[in-house]
Amino acid sequence: MSDLNKSSLSEIINLIKSKKISSLEVTNHFINNIKKSKKLNSFITTCFDQSIKNAKEFDSKKNFSGLLPGIPLGIKDLFCTKNIKTTAGSKILENFIPTYESTVTQNLWSEGAILLGKLNCDEFAMGSSNETSYFGNTINPIGKDLVPGGSSGGSASALAANLTPATVGTDTGGSIRQPASFTGTVGLKPTYGLCSRWGIVAFASSLDQAGPMTKNVQDCALLLEAMSGYDQKDSTSINKKKESYSKNLNKNIKGLKIGIPKEYRIENMPNEIDDLWKKGIDILKKSGVKIVDVSLPHTKYALPTYYIVAPAEASSNLARYDGVKYGYRSKKGNNLIEMYENTRGEGFGDEVKRRVLIGTYVLSSGYYDAYYLKAQKVRKLIKNDFDHCFKNVDAILTPSTPSSAFKIAEKTNDPISMYLNDIFTVPVNLAGIPAISIPAGQDKKGYPLGLQLISNTLDEQKILNIAFAMEKNISFKQSLDRWWE
Amino acid sequence: MSINKNQVKKVAKLSRISLEDSKLDSLSKDLDSILNFVEELNKVDTKEIEPLSSIVDKKLEPRTDKINDGKIKKEILKNSPNKNEDFFIVPKVVE
Amino acid sequence: MEKDKFDYYIKTEKSSWEVVIGLEVHAQVISNSKLFSGSSTKFGSEPNSQVSLVDSAFPGMLPVINQFCIEQAVKTGLGLNAKINLFSVFDRKNYFYADLPAGYQISQYKNPIVGEGEVTLDMPYGSKKIGIERLHLEQDAGKSIHDLSPDHTFVDLNRSGVALMEIVSKPDLRSPSEVNSYVKKLRTIMRYLGTCDGNMQEGSLRADVNVSVRKKGEKKFGTRCEIKNVNSIKFMEMAIDSEAKRQIELLESGKSIEQETRLFDTKNNETRSMRSKEEAHDYRYFPDPDLLPLEIKQSFIDSIKKKLPELPDEKKDRFIKKFKLTPYEANVLVSEVDISKYFEDVIKNSDIKLAKNWIIVELFAVLNKKNLNISKSPVSPKNLASLINTISSGEISGKIAKKVFEIMVETGDEPKKIIKEKGLKQQSDPKELEKIIVKVLEKNLDKVSEYKSGKVKLFGFFVGEVMKATSGKGNPKLVNDILKEKLK
Repeated sequence: MSDLNKSSLSEIINLIKSKKISSLEVTNHFINNIKKSKKLNSFITTCFDQSIKNAKEFDSKKNFSGLLPGIPLGIKDLFCTKNIKTTAGSKILENFIPTYESTVTQNLWSEGAILLGKLNCDEFAMGSSNETSYFGNTINPIGKDLVPGGSSGGSASALAANLTPATVGTDTGGSIRQPASFTGTVGLKPTYGLCSRWGIVAFASSLDQAGPMTKNVQDCALLLEAMSGYDQKDSTSINKKKESYSKNLNKNIKGLKIGIPKEYRIENMPNEIDDLWKKGIDILKKSGVKIVDVSLPHTKYALPTYYIVAPAEASSNLARYDGVKYGYRSKKGNNLIEMYENTRGEGFGDEVKRRVLIGTYVLSSGYYDAYYLKAQKVRKLIKNDFDHCFKNVDAILTPSTPSSAFKIAEKTNDPISMYLNDIFTVPVNLAGIPAISIPAGQDKKGYPLGLQLISNTLDEQKILNIAFAMEKNISFKQSLDRWWE
Repeated sequence: MSINKNQVKKVAKLSRISLEDSKLDSLSKDLDSILNFVEELNKVDTKEIEPLSSIVDKKLEPRTDKINDGKIKKEILKNSPNKNEDFFIVPKVVE
Repeated sequence: MEKDKFDYYIKTEKSSWEVVIGLEVHAQVISNSKLFSGSSTKFGSEPNSQVSLVDSAFPGMLPVINQFCIEQAVKTGLGLNAKINLFSVFDRKNYFYADLPAGYQISQYKNPIVGEGEVTLDMPYGSKKIGIERLHLEQDAGKSIHDLSPDHTFVDLNRSGVALMEIVSKPDLRSPSEVNSYVKKLRTIMRYLGTCDGNMQEGSLRADVNVSVRKKGEKKFGTRCEIKNVNSIKFMEMAIDSEAKRQIELLESGKSIEQETRLFDTKNNETRSMRSKEEAHDYRYFPDPDLLPLEIKQSFIDSIKKKLPELPDEKKDRFIKKFKLTPYEANVLVSEVDISKYFEDVIKNSDIKLAKNWIIVELFAVLNKKNLNISKSPVSPKNLASLINTISSGEISGKIAKKVFEIMVETGDEPKKIIKEKGLKQQSDPKELEKIIVKVLEKNLDKVSEYKSGKVKLFGFFVGEVMKATSGKGNPKLVNDILKEKLK
């Protein structure tokens, strides 16, 4: 049984399929791990009774036709789950129980998966350290005082600590890839529109994408396959045939051209990151890949663009949290307007307030052209950069983050230094293209570091294959002594 | 200064978020530094550039005009902090 | 246009003022389901029973546009002789209100689905063209109910998300009666097209009225005020009148007009400021990232164009040319598609001249009195045609026909049956009539000699006596002819 802590999702699926283990045994294993891991604070809600019931039900039927037969999963608390509290890490949704299931999670259950509980995240996914959650910090299993990254911090923490065999997160500006990088796990942000946004609490609609977080590339391909797919209920969902990413995984990447963008070599980047990048390039060269220098000239404008577009959309998306239909309502206030102001003043945390205010400001009359419209134009330039680049290369290799996991409270007093964490991940969201972060090494402190592969729209298979090939050659190892138990 | 305290108050009013006076200083400072940060964009020449209108390469797909939703009053009202059998209830609207 | 006959100027001791009006008409689209969700649009259902998770803005819910609503907007645009935009964009209009669950309304701001067009009004001083600035699609809000509790407001979201067309006119209207005529014309066009039922009581048609004033002859527009959400034509007329007078009073006392949103208080017949809405005026429009731009193909527009029904203006022209109606008669008969259809059904088999008079005078009087729509008329087109034919053929007189018509209204019976049962058939046998006439003349020999000595006015008296003797059934023409012969 203890082997399960070393097993990947794919291995567990094989064990279940070969009837060497039951879904109930697997489920109980993860439930026990979760129960022993309260210190990490990675779960906001658990639903063990339901998980056990579903596992037993699976075992009684033994239907192995799904991609995730009897597999228990923790899910980021941004996905609405029917009859299970969904908070988005916010006080304002503290008691919200959806009567509906998000398309992505429904896809997982349809493939045989079982819900373990809801994973902690930054409030409304706004954050890079999981410190903005109303339900408290999540701890990185790599170290007691480290943040797991964010906003899918609970997901990354739970995955690294073996509280779930795999998980799904959402990525608006790096919220899957950065925590994956901080915890030594694999995270993929798909092409915008590949996974339905229906039923996911919205942060910034034109940037939000759900994606898999797993221990290895094989699992990542499998989970992406399970969760993605066209959804009529999402007007931005791409109508295309489902792909078999896991079956088509191929580590022969000989002859591919991979670009190295010089603009990602930023000032003050730690040598360790640079070394990691070089290591990645060497590995690729050994795999027969042609490395070329490329330029993405507007890279440095990606973060400022992001911090206009995302708050603008968020300010509007979060207007629905007004204490009328669901969620928290302040007791203070004698009329409707006062009720709104108090509900939102008390219900939102500081980072959410900052972003809603910035978003309101950049859309307000007299400022729209200077900020929002300008940002949408620069966004176009950023997308053009990538389009241009992908005429010549199959993929782009960059570091995932400019540093390894930082300490709790290290950056909370300075929003900008926190935002700078997303410097390598944000351009991809702005361009709507896919990217994967894979663990590629450790820094001097022994903290994991990730490399990011970016490809053109809908070229997920390509970056999965490259990542698959790199993974074999990197042979990243991470063993945690389960200090938190 | 990109934004002053009065503007922050005005934006808060527009966003329907009550602000504690004690937090106004630090919040204004934060917002100001964020705005200064994003003003970096002024350096980009965008004269000939059309703003991005959609990030996904597809056309809007309409649905047919069928009634296939609604009639879920209980579900709709269930999560409301104040409701009766028929309505959401909110403090009096003052015009 | 005979502009000189237009005389709606507000005259004060100091000067003469012109009123400039622009209208934003909100017309609910006829469709089964809502603009962005699959819940029903039916009016008057149990509160919150026609609400989906999308309409009530639950977390993670997304809009999916209704194809038919796009068609309806295009159709209306074509009916307004307007340019249909092949590319349009849905924007979010952000503001907080209890009956706006998402905190924003999906609308169209910079790129509406329909561009400039025009409608023609028939005013007593001639026809006048009113420019249409644009038509865009947007969501309706829910309803706030303020009178069920002293300290709470109740919210019903049944209407939330129903498709609206906002039709914005140019500031081309100059009087309350032009506004009256404009709104009615829009309503007629939309009813012809089947795109909006125009039912103002149920709120399917309402308007925001922009009013400004300027001295007669002045070229520059004055500062305007917007009167929100006026839901009847009568109130629009009253609101314009009172708002114009308020503005004139301010200007003449040396004050200036503040551009603002006002409400019309129907009880006191005055507009008042909606100050609380002022600061919420910054709507922060931006393209809705949950939707993509709406792209329409020219072929789609062409296929709708082909299926368009004959519109009121075309129908009116045809009626005038083909049936020799006066413009007034044509206007009346095309004012509703059901009326025009009724008219055309009647004249299939009967005399046009008689038919138009019977419909406009007799039938309309009955419908008005009974407050009925023509589609519910107790007298069917077929029966009216047959009544008219009995007049044309001389079977009954016009006078008797009115009696028959009265019975038709009450019973819905065929005229032939009524005439037979009541024995109302016209006396048209010349020999019989001659006998009666001879008797009448014999009884009134004195009058006969008076007539013969030149008092020709007495002819009417003889006709009357003969009609009395025939209980009104004598064929008037025959009676006349024979009388004339006998009195020679």
